[in-house]
Amino acid sequence: MNDQSPNAPSVNGRAYPLIDHKYDVVVIGAGGAGLRAVVGCSEAGLRTACITKVFPTRSHTVAAQGGIAASLGNMHPDDWRWHMYDTVKGSDWLGDQDAIEYLCRHAPQAVYELEHWGMPFSRTDDGTILQRAFGGMSIDFGKGQAMRTCAAADRTGHAMLHTMYGQALRHSADFFIEYFAIDLIMDAEGVCRGVVALDLQDGTLHRYQAKQVILATGGYGRAFFSCTSAHICTGDGNAMVLRAGLPLQDMEFVQFHPTGVYGAGVLITEGARGEGGFLTNGEGERFMERYAPTAKDLASRDVVSRAITIEIREGRGGGPNKEHVFLNLSHLEPKMLAERLPGISESARIFSGVDVTREAIPVLPTVHYNMGGIPTNMHGEVIRPTADDPDALMPGLMAVGEAACTSVHGANRLGSNSLIDLVVFGRAAAQRCAEIAGDGASMPDLPKDAGQNAIERLDRLRYADGDIPTAQLRLKMQKTMQNDCAVFRTEETLQAGVDGIKAVWEEAKDVKVTDRSLVWNTDLVETLEFDNLICQAAVTVNGALNREESRGAHAREDYPKRDDENWMKHTLAWGDFDTHEVKLGYRPVHSYTLSNEIAYIEPKERVY
Amino acid sequence: MVELTLPKNSKIKKGKTWNPPPKDAEKNRWREYKVYRYDPDTEENPRVDTYWVDTADCGPMVLDALLWIKNNVDSTLTFRRSCREGVCGSCSMNIDGTNTLACTMHADDARHNLIAIYPLPHMPVVKDLVPDLTHFYAQHRSVEPWLQTDSPTPGKEWKQSREEREELDGLYECILCACCTTSCPSYWWNGDKYLGPATLLQAYRWINDSRDEHTGERLDDLEDPFKLYRCRTILNCTKSCPKGLNPAKSIASIRALMVERGE
Repeated sequence: MNDQSPNAPSVNGRAYPLIDHKYDVVVIGAGGAGLRAVVGCSEAGLRTACITKVFPTRSHTVAAQGGIAASLGNMHPDDWRWHMYDTVKGSDWLGDQDAIEYLCRHAPQAVYELEHWGMPFSRTDDGTILQRAFGGMSIDFGKGQAMRTCAAADRTGHAMLHTMYGQALRHSADFFIEYFAIDLIMDAEGVCRGVVALDLQDGTLHRYQAKQVILATGGYGRAFFSCTSAHICTGDGNAMVLRAGLPLQDMEFVQFHPTGVYGAGVLITEGARGEGGFLTNGEGERFMERYAPTAKDLASRDVVSRAITIEIREGRGGGPNKEHVFLNLSHLEPKMLAERLPGISESARIFSGVDVTREAIPVLPTVHYNMGGIPTNMHGEVIRPTADDPDALMPGLMAVGEAACTSVHGANRLGSNSLIDLVVFGRAAAQRCAEIAGDGASMPDLPKDAGQNAIERLDRLRYADGDIPTAQLRLKMQKTMQNDCAVFRTEETLQAGVDGIKAVWEEAKDVKVTDRSLVWNTDLVETLEFDNLICQAAVTVNGALNREESRGAHAREDYPKRDDENWMKHTLAWGDFDTHEVKLGYRPVHSYTLSNEIAYIEPKERVY
Repeated sequence: MVELTLPKNSKIKKGKTWNPPPKDAEKNRWREYKVYRYDPDTEENPRVDTYWVDTADCGPMVLDALLWIKNNVDSTLTFRRSCREGVCGSCSMNIDGTNTLACTMHADDARHNLIAIYPLPHMPVVKDLVPDLTHFYAQHRSVEPWLQTDSPTPGKEWKQSREEREELDGLYECILCACCTTSCPSYWWNGDKYLGPATLLQAYRWINDSRDEHTGERLDDLEDPFKLYRCRTILNCTKSCPKGLNPAKSIASIRALMVERGE
């Protein structure tokens, strides 16, 4: 399958020999969504490759804590329709209800599958999977708090990712570990035909030809200064899509998790509040009762993050500088904390020196999740809207997980809905691949110069000899996004953000890379990642400035109300890499469900 | 007495000092780091470079210091990192004489003022602090780390009591950082055939799972003079585990099961 290409392309007089590979499906990324797609494609007998920039169990899924939502009904009677209602309401009606129905209907089976693969879920007294309370999850269409979030203590993502990695090992997929994907290969007809990646270990370049490429590259939290996201969360797939001239969708919707550890930014799960924890301000008041009288501390994440921000802004924060609030767990049984929240107990001790059995944890809303991403249908197929068809497909390319905008999370994701998104749509994408990328599908030869774009990109940044080190540019971008595209937004801050990000993007022409090698050149990789982040920052802040309403995570102080008449639509954003401008457009939200087992849930005011 | 000499090209040379602290610097504000460097693209031997980190401008963890160096002093310094909260296992390295995660180790907890950082011991080095873990991963794979059952799969979940589930605590939390395995002298000598503490802990995680029905086969596979029995109860593994797990106990438990079933 591997052979040295006879026509090694060269750039700037330097030859870059390519090692060629052919597969039915190439998955980029080995987090929860990527691994589920890999397992599904391998089971279907497809020749499958998985390219990942870190060893699979180091993908950011590993850091998910609280759980995975599915209406198993282990704690009380439950129904996927109730889960669907909560998800639609959580999305502030920006989610596509056909996709949400697909997610919630398939969720229980997806959780049982993980359990059958060996995932070490916590258990009830009956020996079934333990489910805990999470924000925005209700019984019977909003009538009470649901316990729907299946948990493996507070290490659910870790348990899930390791289980899925084990499952992937059973199959015959080829893993290309610590390979960095540089760019997609697009042909003259605009069909995605593969991808070019750099093997960090030995510095060789690899050209993958595939019938389908699945992007499972995660979110881009690192565009912000303070985020719960890992260093690797740079949205590489999103950026490849922008460079291919395709739009990203709903990028202005960035979720701030209410409880990141003050200073360090590491996550404290919403499950901590699900198990009985509560927030207090600097005056010791349980302030959530004022903002969400019914759900209180378990209101949706956007609601809680705004409440905390207001408390701090109005001078009721805690600590010497009144810069944070407190998450209280010390009233809970130490045994319960040890059994159900051991991971965050450890994190609180390490990162804020707090013993959770005695003291409260200082916390702050912290960038956590990107609802926006690559627009897809519910089979993971990437959408390239045309004037006539807002749902027209982009052949050869799929996206799953946080990289994708399917859109099940709409304007705000509910906690524990991301892990279920990964496995349900990872599986759906694999099933679609079985239909369209099997032996029946042809794979015409690649154009001679296929991959030239990727090699040019690599060479340009490898030899970048400007004046500004990558770290400086990255910091400027992160500070701009943090200050100007935050929990609350106004035209003024967003305009400053648009100008600021454009300035950084322009400055990036003058980037300086010091390490010229190819083996494990992290100076180069960080520069490629920054180059990926900056265009996503640009579409995010431009989309935010453009959307003149408040919906879900996008809170405009100058437009405090949701405006369904004008803004019940998905934003599409294209990046221009020459002028550093962003072009915007729209797509209708799907106002229909998948089946007649549930009717379209009509928009109403969102109160918790 | 056997005398061992390292091959010429692996002797570590003195490197350079990148950024001596300012002359008028406040006392104790700048901390000295000595970091192992190896560049595979040159013929040169590895070296140890010196960096000074401004603790007033840098977070508290050793990883913060490495990132500070990479961002402010030397962008060529190479190491793995990702989650920065101790769950992904990327930034395992030898810090201040101990294998641990850079992201969860407070620099102030180091025994020495000067903090020395080397790659995980006794693994091939790819570059600077990045070891080649290919063999480690292959060994992990060899214990077939997935649930194996013969009974018909239920429509819902396999039942497991809370007590049975508790048997997995202290096992399933392993993050495959390799701190334990690369701290084990027995693994240093026989790492080609001895599975080492991390892999054996992983093996025991599945042996000890009440849902797994292939315990016998799993034990058969480990019944080998090298895979399991090269453990000499040195206990470096347990001492070094940054997650507080006890791989030595897992190894002892597997051995006990071997004895039990032999009786």
